[in-house]
Amino acid sequence: MKKSYQSLEVNLTNNMEKVIHRKLGKNILRLGLIILLAFTTALSAQEGDPAKGKSLFNANCAACHQLDKKMTGPALRHVEQRLSDNEGLDRDWIHAWIRNSAGVIKSGDAYANKIYNEFGGAAMTAFPQLSDEDLNNILAYTAEEKAAPAAATASAGSATATSSEGGISNELILGALAILFILLATGLYIVNKTLRRFALVQNIELPKATQRTPLWKAFIKNQFLMLVTAIFFLLASAYFVFGYLMQIGVDQGYEPVQPIHYSHRIHAGDNGIDCKYCHSSARVSKTSGIPSLNVCMNCHKSIYEVAPETLAEGKKIGVDYNAEIQKLYAAAGWDDAEQKYTGNSQPVKWVRIHNLPDFVYFNHSQHVTVAGVECQTCHGPVEEMEVMYQHAPLTMGWCIECHRTTNVNVKDNAYYTKIHEELSKKYGVDKLTAAQMGGLECGKCHY
Amino acid sequence: MSSNKKYWKSVEELNENSSIVETLKQNEFVEEIPTDEFLGNKETLEETSTTRRDFLKYVGFSTAAASLAACEGPVKKSIPYVVQPTEIIPGVANYYATTIADGFDFASVLVKTREGRPIKIENNTLAATNGSANARVNASVLGLYDSLRIQGPKKAGASISWNTFNAETTGELTNIAAANKDIVLLTQTYASPSTSKLISEFKEKYGNVRHVVYDAVSESTALDAYQTKYGERGLANYDFSKAMTIVSVGADFLGDWQGGGFDSGYSKNRVPDHGKMSRHVQFESNMSLTGANADKRVPLTPTQQKLVLAKLYSLVTGNNVSVKGLSEKVEAAVKSAASQLKKAGSNGVVVTGIQDVNAQTVALEINEVLASKAFDPKTPIKTRQGSDKAVAGLIADMKAGKVGAIIMSGVNPMYTLSNASEFEEGLKKTQLSIAFSMKVDETSSKVQYIAAAPHYLESWGDVELKKGHYALTQPTIRPLFDTKQFQDALLKWTENNISYHDYIKEAWGTDILGGSSFNKALHDGVFVGAIATEVEDTADDATNVEEEDGETAQKASGNAVQALVASAKNKDLELTLYTKVGMGDGQQANNPWLQEFPDPITRTSWDNYLTISKADAAALGITNEHVANGALNSNYAKITVNGVSIKVPAIIQPGQAKGSVGLALGYGKTLGLKTEMQTGVNAYALYQDFNNVQEVTLEAVGGVHEFACVQLHNTLMGRGDIIKETTLEIFNTKDKKHWNAVPVVSLNHQETPVTSPEVDLWDEFDRSIGHHFNLSIDLNACTGCGACVIACHAENNVPVVGKTEVRRSRDMHWLRIDRYYSSEESFEGDNAKKDDISGLGSSLSEFGEMENASENPQVAFQPVMCQHCNHAPCETVCPVAATSHGRQGQNHMAYNRCVGTRYCANNCPYKVRRFNWFLYNGNDEFDYHMNDDLGRMVLNPDVVVRSRGVMEKCSMCIQMTQKTILDAKRDGREIKDGEFQTACSAACSSGAMTFGDINDKESKVSELLKDNRMYHLLEHVGTKPNVQYQTKVRNTTEA
Repeated sequence: MKKSYQSLEVNLTNNMEKVIHRKLGKNILRLGLIILLAFTTALSAQEGDPAKGKSLFNANCAACHQLDKKMTGPALRHVEQRLSDNEGLDRDWIHAWIRNSAGVIKSGDAYANKIYNEFGGAAMTAFPQLSDEDLNNILAYTAEEKAAPAAATASAGSATATSSEGGISNELILGALAILFILLATGLYIVNKTLRRFALVQNIELPKATQRTPLWKAFIKNQFLMLVTAIFFLLASAYFVFGYLMQIGVDQGYEPVQPIHYSHRIHAGDNGIDCKYCHSSARVSKTSGIPSLNVCMNCHKSIYEVAPETLAEGKKIGVDYNAEIQKLYAAAGWDDAEQKYTGNSQPVKWVRIHNLPDFVYFNHSQHVTVAGVECQTCHGPVEEMEVMYQHAPLTMGWCIECHRTTNVNVKDNAYYTKIHEELSKKYGVDKLTAAQMGGLECGKCHY
Repeated sequence: MSSNKKYWKSVEELNENSSIVETLKQNEFVEEIPTDEFLGNKETLEETSTTRRDFLKYVGFSTAAASLAACEGPVKKSIPYVVQPTEIIPGVANYYATTIADGFDFASVLVKTREGRPIKIENNTLAATNGSANARVNASVLGLYDSLRIQGPKKAGASISWNTFNAETTGELTNIAAANKDIVLLTQTYASPSTSKLISEFKEKYGNVRHVVYDAVSESTALDAYQTKYGERGLANYDFSKAMTIVSVGADFLGDWQGGGFDSGYSKNRVPDHGKMSRHVQFESNMSLTGANADKRVPLTPTQQKLVLAKLYSLVTGNNVSVKGLSEKVEAAVKSAASQLKKAGSNGVVVTGIQDVNAQTVALEINEVLASKAFDPKTPIKTRQGSDKAVAGLIADMKAGKVGAIIMSGVNPMYTLSNASEFEEGLKKTQLSIAFSMKVDETSSKVQYIAAAPHYLESWGDVELKKGHYALTQPTIRPLFDTKQFQDALLKWTENNISYHDYIKEAWGTDILGGSSFNKALHDGVFVGAIATEVEDTADDATNVEEEDGETAQKASGNAVQALVASAKNKDLELTLYTKVGMGDGQQANNPWLQEFPDPITRTSWDNYLTISKADAAALGITNEHVANGALNSNYAKITVNGVSIKVPAIIQPGQAKGSVGLALGYGKTLGLKTEMQTGVNAYALYQDFNNVQEVTLEAVGGVHEFACVQLHNTLMGRGDIIKETTLEIFNTKDKKHWNAVPVVSLNHQETPVTSPEVDLWDEFDRSIGHHFNLSIDLNACTGCGACVIACHAENNVPVVGKTEVRRSRDMHWLRIDRYYSSEESFEGDNAKKDDISGLGSSLSEFGEMENASENPQVAFQPVMCQHCNHAPCETVCPVAATSHGRQGQNHMAYNRCVGTRYCANNCPYKVRRFNWFLYNGNDEFDYHMNDDLGRMVLNPDVVVRSRGVMEKCSMCIQMTQKTILDAKRDGREIKDGEFQTACSAACSSGAMTFGDINDKESKVSELLKDNRMYHLLEHVGTKPNVQYQTKVRNTTEA
């Protein structure tokens, strides 16, 4: 029975698991920012080691807390100071809260209940494993002053200087060569002129050039040559016309500007996110699917800006990555300050890059799940692409070339057991190619 | 030496003064060539400065510019969801179980949706209740995307909001209730427990509320008969799979008789199993689908049918009733039928379609006497509940001004009532009139408020199909327009703030489910309640009681028979109104699939017509003729019933009883549909007093009507190898070679079967590895219903071409169901006659005779699609190799490679290839569903929409077989038998089509391949098709 009514709850929990997992795993970006902060800040006078505190913070707290920004939990810079100043709560209270917040809330503590309700009744994870020293280290880290991001802008200027130097040297050589050439030409002309003058003075008669038939006239008269040339030109133009016609509709290298500058280099390359995390339907469907914005928000709820180095890299190519994240927030209707959805969303109109004609049926799941083909085989080095472009020509010749040479992945697939055994016996081979399985038949892709 | 001979070319030249000769010397043509006529307006032509050369330059330049511009690829956008619904994966289809209940068609179905769009209707195999998806139900998905649907509520033609609608109507209703005037709900049959509950709540709130159920095509008499006898309003339920002898008197039970849906049960016993199959005798006036499938068919006028039923009663029950007026031949047929029934005993069943309470009562009586197993009085069918009397009473009350408010839903009385003008008069006298409607149709254009109603695929609902057998309707798409269903409005009027979905859930929880899960019922689409089983026990008691009261009951039925005989007065000419398989009651008249669907019997699309017997036509001077391009033309007739006349084209129908004519309801609609769909005449005008049989007068009025008929050669001409058939007796007693011999050819003066490789033109390939698909079509089980034709249409994006193109034989159906008549009494007679022909004289005359169908012919249906020949003649002639063979047996067609030479179509012996003469999508010349964005939403994204100039044909649903294979590969498992399906085999509820892999030795289709009945179409051609047919066996055994 073909039916699919998935339970909503099951899917919700699945999604939540994904969110948490991403938040933990994808904080590498933030790590960069924090390293930067650490190097530019002097050690504070607090007891506890802020460097140790930082690593503890990143491992345990960063999924929900930032130093300077309200996220799932409140911003934590100078938390100790703030609590003791405003609420009169000491370090012991903080320790108790971190180790078992639910207990503190239950005890009827006024501030604990206040903060619990302020963050929508989301209980903070208990960390009973953290020792007093650990906690003090973390608090020391939170007590550090905010560093001013200064290093990034300096490096950008020097890069342009070096590149222009190389250009000048090339031009110099070219200029020198040109001058040399002009000198030579002038020299020759002067020599010629002088010799003629000598001849005139010494009354030497210069041989007059006999009136020969100009070459082009001779060429035209020679019918054989004309025929050969005509054939040559016809063939040559046919070659170019054919070449031109064959590239019509082939958009290899097509690299359109997208409404949001999404960098596959950062996501798939630097962060090593699996392609199928976002393009999940490639596993089960004919389309790989452009991820819906809620998939982006799984991570970008907590990743609201990029590390300064990344930002600097972007500046080099004229992209402000933080502004692009803001574009995503606008499209998804996410209010970053309030940490909630406004409901005012605007779907992103991506420009489609890989366009197959309607008369071709291509199924991603067949290639990705069944055959186990790497995405990069057809889509190229996506993890290096700052802007996505069409890597393969996507022509029929390109498709069947691969079908001819690629072996069918039959491992642990009961579907193939019988047919593979029979066919490999028939063809006398160990491994069958897709073509031998019938992958070149017209109707397999055209219907 | 020169000759003095003078050559002259015409007599004119001898006349020296002739001006013609002079003119001809100067000019080639005598008359001036009328160039202006085709060049158009002469003045503008002279004024224009464009010379011919300039014109050619422009043409050349624009062609070059256009082709250059075409080289630039368009920028395509991809817009993903903001939040992707968890149940939707782009590219993967979802299936939802739901139920169609439009008042005429009731069926539990599965809806295939892609990216949230319903694109196809399929059978719900979980549904135990009869009523699988017929052609109309299959086509109903297109109604959702009808561009003429109302997009929001309206008041006097102007759009209003639902809030305004609710506020105004509630106010009015309260006033009317306070004034103690009648409020009438005039609805279709909903058969919905929740709606009934809602209506009773509505009644409680407003007091004077009357609920009138109105079926456009009434089954009121059958309901009355059943109600009188069993005390419950419903229709007798028959399961033909339990009957071995079926006698039908005027009941088209394979069509829409009593709600339809009996065909799958019927087909089960039509396939000979261990030498046994059912025997079916049909007495009827029109040639119906049921009659065409009968083993024996007796054409009779409706009056005579009444006598036959009475006679049958008298013979079966032994109660002597004097029946006079039947001819000897008919009498013998009745006697034979009666003795067969008696022999069959509880395995026999009698059904009747005569719209007469007495006739219906008599049929129920006979079945009771037979103790028929097929007749189930415990679970009556609930899908017709209308009452003629109530409707007539309502119209009288409306005219008298007694009705304060009328609220209509699912009905179109202004179109379906014969006395529509009286209804209109009454409507003007009602204070408030509301119509829930999807269209501005004949009725809704006459009311104050049009409440825009949703399509059933956008609605919630529940249906009690049979007593205790429930089904649920759930939305499969968000409402496309600002629509509200009738039940939602009832909830608002009763000031109930819950949604109809919650209401159903609540009602089911308390009344129906008895502790079962609602979600499970919703998933299955059907639920069989505990009530059904309970009733069985009490029903047994009831039969006991009846046995005790046998005498009185017999007396009562005796009265019914007497009354029946008395009512059978002879009439000159009788009209039987019927519904066509394609159009039904006419609700879906704006559905181009159904308009283009060829009627199974007449094979005519885009029309209704008067069916008339050859003798009557000849007497009136009505003719049918084929014009030069092969199309069918006919004369008009004027038909008059009690002073109401309509002019209607007539088709000469073989098998039509003399003295009777037939006309289909459901056509001739004028409002709420595109001009192209305004076909035929409205026969409801003749449907007086809800009686489908009317005494008429007929006269020929001349004129020529053009039909779009897809089959113009009606007889088999004795070519028994196209449809092989035999009788049950021969099938049981003789060897296969007598009735299903493989054709032989002479090789070295030896008879060699054409299937042997020595006589083959082609080399054989090894096809033993992998899948090898075969489709088996059982001609015994196939009823010709045409559900497969529409399913194929929907699955494969087959275009609709329109009436004029069909007339030019350019219909695009990938699957056609050929219908053949015998020219003798039987097809066997045809074969014998053909074999006896010898010599020129006899062949000239007798072949000519064989082109005409017999007066009461045998009928055979044969679905024909691409036969996917292993040795395909089309493949060898394609100059560009656009059509080629796959290892899995399918004949592939690469549309993008095709250049349109049409050699393949010429070389195909089965004539199954279809050519795209035009671009049928996005073309105003073909203003059907593919011409607007809404209609295109129904297209299957997995199948390409073909362009102009390419050949297309059945692909054996390669997209479906490929999907099945891919699913198995992904799961890493082998494929089980039954997983492979095509659109047609999945739609076939009668089990006639079996699809599968013959290399899977356990599969059903590989068994069928070895069956003795198996043959291939035109086997002698040596094409080795992958479509098998199973020889038709007729049960001609007389008692």
